[in-house]
Amino acid sequence: MSKELTYLEAIREALAEEMRRDPKVFVLGEDVGAYGGAFGATQGLFDEFGEMRVVDTPISESAIIGISIGASLRGYRPVAEMQFADFISCGFDQIVNQAATLRYRYGGRTSVPIVVRAPSGGGVSGGLYHSQNPEAWFIHRPGLKVVAPSTAYDAKGLLKAAIRDDNPVIYFEHKFLYRRAKGPVPQGDEIVPIGQSATRREGGDVTLVTYGAMVLPSLEAADRLSQEGVEVEVIDLRSLLPYDKEAILRSVDKTSRALIVHEDVKTLGIGAELAAVIMEERFDSLDAPVVRVTYPDTHAPFSHVLEEANLPNTDKIVEAVRHLVAY
Amino acid sequence: MPPIKRTKFKLAPEQLLEMFYWLRLIRAFDERLSILVRQGKVRSGVYTGIGQEAIIVGTCFGLRKDDWICPLHRDLGAFLMKGVDARTMMSQMFAKTTGLSKGRDSALHSGVSELGIFGNTSMLGANLPVAAGLAFTFKMEQRDNVVVAYFGEGASNTGDFHEALNFAGVHLLPIVFICENNQYAYSVPVEKSMAIDDVADRAESYGFDGVAINGNDVLAVYQATQGALAHARGGEGPTLIECKTYRWHGHSEHDKAFYRTDEELAMWKSRDPIPTFTTYLRARHVLDDAKLKDIEARVASTIDDAVEFAMNAPEPDPQDAVTDLYA
Repeated sequence: MSKELTYLEAIREALAEEMRRDPKVFVLGEDVGAYGGAFGATQGLFDEFGEMRVVDTPISESAIIGISIGASLRGYRPVAEMQFADFISCGFDQIVNQAATLRYRYGGRTSVPIVVRAPSGGGVSGGLYHSQNPEAWFIHRPGLKVVAPSTAYDAKGLLKAAIRDDNPVIYFEHKFLYRRAKGPVPQGDEIVPIGQSATRREGGDVTLVTYGAMVLPSLEAADRLSQEGVEVEVIDLRSLLPYDKEAILRSVDKTSRALIVHEDVKTLGIGAELAAVIMEERFDSLDAPVVRVTYPDTHAPFSHVLEEANLPNTDKIVEAVRHLVAY
Repeated sequence: MPPIKRTKFKLAPEQLLEMFYWLRLIRAFDERLSILVRQGKVRSGVYTGIGQEAIIVGTCFGLRKDDWICPLHRDLGAFLMKGVDARTMMSQMFAKTTGLSKGRDSALHSGVSELGIFGNTSMLGANLPVAAGLAFTFKMEQRDNVVVAYFGEGASNTGDFHEALNFAGVHLLPIVFICENNQYAYSVPVEKSMAIDDVADRAESYGFDGVAINGNDVLAVYQATQGALAHARGGEGPTLIECKTYRWHGHSEHDKAFYRTDEELAMWKSRDPIPTFTTYLRARHVLDDAKLKDIEARVASTIDDAVEFAMNAPEPDPQDAVTDLYA
């Protein structure tokens, strides 16, 4: 039996192992040095690897990413930390215009092996600027990869895969899961390949596609629905760009019904894309319209009452599945 | 910063002639491009640096192969001087497969890592954080290489400028920041975009020296750059050199530049860097009619050959519109 780590410890272990394995890997960001990161993800790294590989930066998100791109052009594999995913907007241009296009405009003669870690998500009373789920901005940009682990196992395995990947990878780590998700983690050189989903529960009645912190309420909903005789297949995407289209379509072939659950807002969230693809490629298989359970099109309020009202939860998912099955 | 001694860094007659050749070649390249645009043979944006050549020649001359440059959209000459051949650069402007980006972008949004060239996006100033990242790796490796990073006076108003120069100052990075102050950010004159006279003054707030010099005097640019390079190679950090100059053409070849007066243009044309340098070389008997004729012939044949090569080079395969997105 391998040891169990929290999601946050899994991230830290992935960073430490990759830094030990490859001297070209280094981390940079605000407060990542002696302080160990706002959430503690880089704790201990400063002592082990020193200030040239665990680099405290000024409050300069654009420079943090630009510096990472520059270092990657000389063969380094920087892991940049955005203190909160909300702050990634300050580095947006460097990600979408600089990193994402570089290989294309170089005629394929170079690559940009950087990772941008982005602590995302709500449920922690973070308010407007400490709760966001901005993954759709980056899924919309060819040249990037986007991942969003839901378990400690994937947190470690996907971060290792992201660091070893030759492309810019945006790694959304969900703050709600930092200490709540706990479990075994990959050992040694094992990674979780980018682009592969995980079927967390099998079922023949409804396909439920989700990721990140929404996996837990989705599984709870599936348990409850099972008692009603409805078997839900829960697919954890893990990677959002590229996403595992084959697994989704295979499941829809079996169930003929699909529900997408995400914490990001509804309009043009990844659910919109998945619904469109399912419609385009499996129109004849569907017995009901594709349904989405998402955050409403609003901001993340501070009040516990208001935030709870916005967040998708087990009840909302159960209700949506019942509706879908009865269609 | 101490006054620049024009004689500190000696140049042999053959080096002076080589400088002259580059000035002539870069001018001729841009002039031919301008004609090709008017003939409809080169499409899309062409941003000439006519009038600003002394900056490129004075800064690139004598750089080491493993030093890096981060040139601007007007700095085609920097690509040539750092080792990209004229055929490739002309192909790039013709959007042919033989260009750096295989036809993906006709402007200078490409680069060659093996030659130490990083080409920026259209987001001015966005190359500066990347330059800081490159320089940071030199510091990590304790190498005495240098990054020469170019920007316009307009880009000195961006956040990326501030973030990059601040970081470079904090870490005493081996960078020489070259400001090409050509008096206009597209149509906006410098006095409408800055409340100070000299961009060089901004360096002080980042903890390093800035100097404003005559950017149309190739030897002044060379002397200032050599001093700054020695400073950076010695681990003493960045320098900002502001080169006062003027672009003769509009922002792009499509811009009629009605926002400035004929008198102003005529005044700056009287400060053309090439006749000034020609007079200097003739007075010192470095250049004579025979040598001038020889250089002019080499320039003409290089440009003619590049144009012929690029015009006859294959167009991109339509399939390559969607390749080279990922490594």
